[in-house]
Amino acid sequence: MTAAVADVPAVDTRPAWLDGVNPVTKVVLALLLSVPLFASIDVTSALAAIVLQLACLPLTGLPVRTLLKRMLPIVVFAPVAGVSMLLYAEPGGRVYWSFGYATVSDDSIALAIAVCLRVVALALPTILLFGRTDPTELADALAQVAKLPSRFVLGVLAGTRTLGLFLDDWRSMGLARRARGVGDTGAIRRFFSMAFVLLVFAVRRGTKLATAMEARGFGSGIPRTWARPSRLHPRDAVAVLGGVAIMALAIGAAVAAGTFRFVWS
Amino acid sequence: MTASSARPAGRSGPAGITAAGWGWRYAGRRAPAVHDVSFTIEPGQRVLLLGASGAGKSTLLAGIAGLLGGADEGDQTGALLVDGARPETQRGRVGLVLQDPDAGVVLSKVGDDVAFGCENLGVAASDIPARVAEALEAVGLDVPPGRATKALSGGQKQRLALAGVLAMRPGVLLLDEPTANLDPEGVREVRAAVEHAVAESGATLVVIEHRTEVWADLMDRVIVVGAEGGLLADGPPVEVFARVGDDLAAAGVWVPGRPIDLPVLAPAVTDGESALAASGLSVSRDRRTIVRAGLEVRVPRGAATGIVGPNGAGKSTLALTLAGLLPEAAGEVLAAPQLAGRSGRRPSRWTSRELLTRIGTVFQEPEHQFLAATVRDELAIGPRSRGVATADVDVIVDELLERLHLAPLALANPFTLSGGQKRRLSVATVLADAPPVIVLDEPTFGQDRRGWVELVALLQSEIAAGTTVVAVTHDDDVLRHLGAHRIDLGLPVPAGVAS
Repeated sequence: MTAAVADVPAVDTRPAWLDGVNPVTKVVLALLLSVPLFASIDVTSALAAIVLQLACLPLTGLPVRTLLKRMLPIVVFAPVAGVSMLLYAEPGGRVYWSFGYATVSDDSIALAIAVCLRVVALALPTILLFGRTDPTELADALAQVAKLPSRFVLGVLAGTRTLGLFLDDWRSMGLARRARGVGDTGAIRRFFSMAFVLLVFAVRRGTKLATAMEARGFGSGIPRTWARPSRLHPRDAVAVLGGVAIMALAIGAAVAAGTFRFVWS
Repeated sequence: MTASSARPAGRSGPAGITAAGWGWRYAGRRAPAVHDVSFTIEPGQRVLLLGASGAGKSTLLAGIAGLLGGADEGDQTGALLVDGARPETQRGRVGLVLQDPDAGVVLSKVGDDVAFGCENLGVAASDIPARVAEALEAVGLDVPPGRATKALSGGQKQRLALAGVLAMRPGVLLLDEPTANLDPEGVREVRAAVEHAVAESGATLVVIEHRTEVWADLMDRVIVVGAEGGLLADGPPVEVFARVGDDLAAAGVWVPGRPIDLPVLAPAVTDGESALAASGLSVSRDRRTIVRAGLEVRVPRGAATGIVGPNGAGKSTLALTLAGLLPEAAGEVLAAPQLAGRSGRRPSRWTSRELLTRIGTVFQEPEHQFLAATVRDELAIGPRSRGVATADVDVIVDELLERLHLAPLALANPFTLSGGQKRRLSVATVLADAPPVIVLDEPTFGQDRRGWVELVALLQSEIAAGTTVVAVTHDDDVLRHLGAHRIDLGLPVPAGVAS
């Protein structure tokens, strides 16, 4: 039985500046704001990028609370990447501690901090850009602006909508296994048996969905129209320029501070 | 103007359907699903399509909708034409609504979903909003276009599917058991929406439905497809029901005015003892959102109890909590002292194995509870799990296979059974461990008359043997025949009520 669910928008619905930017532009921005950061491992450029991006928070319409909640897993896991640097990076400067191959030195500490910050700087744009993006809007843009095949884009979009149903299935199957006396032991075996049944459901649901979509004229060969036109506007150019500026400032700051170094040098 | 010129056939108004010795055999199957069917449906006619399960009604509907695919999907014999042309070439002329309310929804917002068909047919973008509004109006779905489709009830989802089809302005409306999975309120909504839509558009209507009383008075013709091919009957409803009513009833169709051949149990006199009881009970699916709070519940021992109420009232959640599958969010469910497990009288604290011999649960979707590759193994799982000797397991399983008419299917995979067979098997798996309490969630959903009668008879014999039965149901007839006490959950709690 489906419980009555309230209207979805739990997020703030007031339009933010970024809402007027085309989702395809957001994809470009996400690349623009992350790829250059792979070039160097230093504290300055990462820190500058983080600060500048956080300064753009009001443009995204994301509440600070939401941002913190979504950043939490990244902030927790970034040090994991840092620890390996801390222990195994090429030693340099004063050595504080060493055990076998593991050596903690001035250089390795600096590198560990730089790597942690870099992980955060790489994740931040994705959260800021796509925190409020509606999947339907993204699909419309991918098909109309990026010209990806509409059959593929809409198929994926319709498919992802069924994910919630699988979650319900999974829950019910777990309860059913308890009811049938096999819920006490063998959690791994149970997992695989449930996963298999879910696969069967997925195939069936996919077939049904395909039928329903075909019955509504999907894939009929008639040129498709779009009820929600997705276009590029001057604002998209402004957004891209803003992204370029952030990266230029971040890298420029590192060069000016003399901390910029290519990963491969 | 762009709208109509973009349509391939360019025709509008009701369409006629002609079948001439038509048949379809799915690739890889030996027997045809439909064989030698001939009829002519005039534009604007309203046809109820009946037949035993497996007679190929749904295949026929898919054929009319042009969704069966090409030669690699199966072999066609004879001809099936809509407006004198092959249905595949007439996308948008024929609209189809399926049984499963979740299967018809494509997009995540109501307005977008209704627009989907128009977009696919190349309707000009500027014309689409008007069409969407008109279609939503026609089915009486009074929600904002931005409403999430997953927040709709079953009846609303079916009306949404209907609106999505109507927005394409089809000449034929095909409905494949559109109300089988709905509660009475949803059934009324959908029936009213279809009646209104057909009256406005004049479209030809073809409906498959076991529950004929819902649709019979709207229809001006009944066609009965034979299981062995051809048509069993074709004519005005009254005439057809009078002539082949017995055959139809035997085939599982609810023929209007035909009584159910089962005794009605008198409301059971209980000894005042409860099998299960709880006070101040709050129930929740995920331990966060409280679905219902402050419930006073008593399930009398050795009798039937029905949990009733509208969609979203928390009926299933309460049933699963009483069954010891969901932990109580507040309050305690206590079982009768003689049922107590090692850790006490709270079913939610029992181990899975303790639960097995105390409270059995039949889930709404039988497939959720299937674990084995054959029907026989499925029935043996419970007894084996509680340590019954192999020889005795065979005795229990053989007896159940006979009693529930599953013997010929003993080696079949549970997932390949029909809806009625799956339901019987799911009940049988519970009976195999003879629990003193059985909890069932919507046991008669989607069942035809035959499946319904078999299930109710089975529950009656369990009650006679002293079993406590708890059933979540929308079906008043079930509760009447079981002489059930009622737990009425009344109106749903407004969203956001917490403990």
